[in-house]
Amino acid sequence: MAATHTLTTRTRAGTITGIAALAFLAVAVILPAFASRSLIQDLFFILTMLTLAQFWNLLAGYSGLVSVGQQAFVGFGAYMLFAATILWGVNPVAAILLSGVFALLLAIPTAFFAFRLSGAYFAIGTWVVAEVVRLTVAQWQAVGGGTGTSLPRDARDAMWGVTWIEAAFDVRSSAARDILAYWLALALAAATIGGIYWFLRTRRGLALAALRDNVEAAKSVGVDAARMKWIVFLVAAFGTGIAGGLIFLQNGRISPDSAFAVTQWTAFVIFIVVIGGIGTIEGPIIGVLVFFMLQELLADFGATYLIVLGCLGIVIMLFARRGLWGLISDRTGVQLFPVRRRLIAPARGPAGQTDEGGGHND
Amino acid sequence: MTLLETHGLTAHYGDFQALFGVDIRLDTGETVAIIGANGAGKTTLMRSITGVLRGAADQIRHKGTAIGHLMPDTIMKRGIVMVPEGRKLFPSLTVEENLLIGGQHKGGRDLGDRIDSFLSRFTGAPDPVALAAGHDGTGIWTLDTVYDLFPILKERRHNPGTALSGGQQQMVAIGRALMSNPAVLLCDEISLGLAPVVIRDIYAALPKIKAGGTSVIVVEQDIGQALKVADRVYCMMEGRVTLEGRPDAISRDDIHAAYFGAPA
Amino acid sequence: MIWIDTIVQGVLLGGLYALFAAGLSLVFGIMRLVNLAHGDLIVMGAYLILVVVSVLGLNPFVAALVAAPVMFSIGWVLQKAVLNRTLGDDILPPLLVTFGLSVVIQNSLLEGFSADSQRISMGPLETASVAVGPVTMGLLPLLTFGSAIAVIVGLNQIFYRTAIGRAFRATSDDPVTASLMGIRPDRVFATAMGLALVVATIAALYLGTRSNFDPYVGPARLIYAFEAVIIGGLGSLWGTLAGGIIIGVAQTVGAAINPEWQILAGHVAFLIVLLVRPRGLFPRAVD
Repeated sequence: MAATHTLTTRTRAGTITGIAALAFLAVAVILPAFASRSLIQDLFFILTMLTLAQFWNLLAGYSGLVSVGQQAFVGFGAYMLFAATILWGVNPVAAILLSGVFALLLAIPTAFFAFRLSGAYFAIGTWVVAEVVRLTVAQWQAVGGGTGTSLPRDARDAMWGVTWIEAAFDVRSSAARDILAYWLALALAAATIGGIYWFLRTRRGLALAALRDNVEAAKSVGVDAARMKWIVFLVAAFGTGIAGGLIFLQNGRISPDSAFAVTQWTAFVIFIVVIGGIGTIEGPIIGVLVFFMLQELLADFGATYLIVLGCLGIVIMLFARRGLWGLISDRTGVQLFPVRRRLIAPARGPAGQTDEGGGHND
Repeated sequence: MTLLETHGLTAHYGDFQALFGVDIRLDTGETVAIIGANGAGKTTLMRSITGVLRGAADQIRHKGTAIGHLMPDTIMKRGIVMVPEGRKLFPSLTVEENLLIGGQHKGGRDLGDRIDSFLSRFTGAPDPVALAAGHDGTGIWTLDTVYDLFPILKERRHNPGTALSGGQQQMVAIGRALMSNPAVLLCDEISLGLAPVVIRDIYAALPKIKAGGTSVIVVEQDIGQALKVADRVYCMMEGRVTLEGRPDAISRDDIHAAYFGAPA
Repeated sequence: MIWIDTIVQGVLLGGLYALFAAGLSLVFGIMRLVNLAHGDLIVMGAYLILVVVSVLGLNPFVAALVAAPVMFSIGWVLQKAVLNRTLGDDILPPLLVTFGLSVVIQNSLLEGFSADSQRISMGPLETASVAVGPVTMGLLPLLTFGSAIAVIVGLNQIFYRTAIGRAFRATSDDPVTASLMGIRPDRVFATAMGLALVVATIAALYLGTRSNFDPYVGPARLIYAFEAVIIGGLGSLWGTLAGGIIIGVAQTVGAAINPEWQILAGHVAFLIVLLVRPRGLFPRAVD
């Protein structure tokens, strides 16, 4: 058998995805010209939740780091945006980057503590840190202490690009700010998905997948598990912090309870990933759409909505561990974001099938 | 009378097939030895009989009842008990507790069994109480008689099981299995890793075990030891039975061929 | 002198946290399950006691006796039907399923009982106290601490003196070999969860009588409980009590310095212990 085998992650669906994604992005960018303000707000919500879900999925689905304390990074990132804007006069749009940087800085001590706890107790460690950050921020009087604060009017008006959008789309400044936030969320979600997709296809990313599948085997081929966990945790904190900053920039108001809400920033995110399909890039995308539809349908029922969501998450975890995307992918064999390397063998003639004798030896 | 038999028994670990139609038989009062090299499928056979690996119901029969699909605890409560390879004492338990736990579930009439028995009327699942009904777990073996059999265990009864020497641990494992007064005792590689003098002491207990009404299957790599104690011998290779016979009726060459697969 | 009082109150508070934590410790010790819904199950127990008290007009202690077998059954069925399916090498399913369960329980309680805060009335016992030298101790906190000790002694007796305790330890060591001894591991786990919820009922009694509660208070209590378990060393019941006391004392001392620091001080104490002794104060030799 002299014919060459090639190693590829490319699939036809993957190529189609690439083209479709570009077309989709183009439409999404010009959408504010036609769409209503409420649709833009809904899309903002979907895109930011999707970003949070992708990062949580990177942690739990690809690295086995089940964090129930991601609200620490959402909240801290958001608070640092407010602090930078109110206290240091930074333009809110620029301050979004600071949200990420400060979340990253917070992630260093968090990881230091939480990584001391193995397995499931890692989750508890992240939760405790999130509580500590929430309680500490609630003592910070300059940003409103326990009751929180609003983004000052002059800071909002100073946001880069808002006046241009007002003129271009002929809208009021509040609608223009929503459009700006939407574009930023779109860019963030696209960068997140693109970045994670790219990362998972690099040598490091493949090592991560190896680590998830078999720690011992990964070690034996020289994957440094501890280092990978640190990298993933810090990257996820950075992205989660940016998303947090953006969410509360659009919101305009912040309080410790809303910024560090475990239900909103962790429970919902976990359900999105689990329902959509943990450990895949497609999963959170499906999940966030299902989540949004459920919310639209059941939002008026309050607690019932959360009960349904919780039960759905439990049922999926018990009976279809790979989520809705897993079900779809198993039925159709489609992979939109192929990250697995497949061995492509050259076409075999009939002679190729009988050349090696059967029988197992153990 | 046939006590336990397998019929065309197959077993798989995922995609890997480990047994290819194994037929063995154990008669009441017999001692049967199963010999074979590493990887021949002996331990898989034991795991199948005890229900750790479950398969088709009628590939294994005990007193005529199909048991191949039953859970290990139900099979144990029918009186088929194993001394597992590597002894597998419970490290959190003392010697005496290890022995006691062997006897505490005999007969199988606990609340969980009764609940499952009740539910089985509706689900069609096996009824654990009915299936365990033929064996009440009474007989000669109690804590005292096990201590008589292996006096050293009484001295060390409050030690953790895993603090004992290999031979003593093996005695605990055998005693633990005897505590339920089994009808069938499966001994998986009980001489593995032990000094010859220790092996002799352990095998010295076999006649007393048989006298208590227990039929025995020993899985051995030590062919000489197996031939010495067995009424009949099976040899396995690559998941199949390659030889069956009485120790005095089979030659060394037969065994060599059955064991290694090549003519001597 | 004020400091002695603060520390004594902290120790007594630690008894309450140890009660919250004992069930967690038990469940983790036997089946390595980290139950994120434990706090909500305790709150559910408190509502159950409340219902028994108001419907049957019973004394809260008697009501807890009525509630305990109900909670045992809930735990048994929950473990047998749901949680046993999640056990294995993968840590995701148990965490995510119990997390989902936590959300479901919280919101079901919200549907059933509204968000109003409730309290189980103990009558004059609530304010009764005894003075020992310079320190005045509330009777109810003392009772809580005594119950915590009684629960731990009781659980240790079950573990080391009974047949079911042997089965717990054997199954925890090696479920496959345990099944060869006639033990059905899924039933042992179900029994353990039932027992954990009986302990949770006792915790619920004091949760509901010592302070107000609403459907959302579970997670906040659970976090102290987890801290106690981790500080104590996973699976060690006396360690859990020590952990609870550390959290309790840190909280009362923190509150004495600045009332707003109470909860923060507890968490900080936890992080400090984690820094100094990552495996807790009394780690198990065999793990």
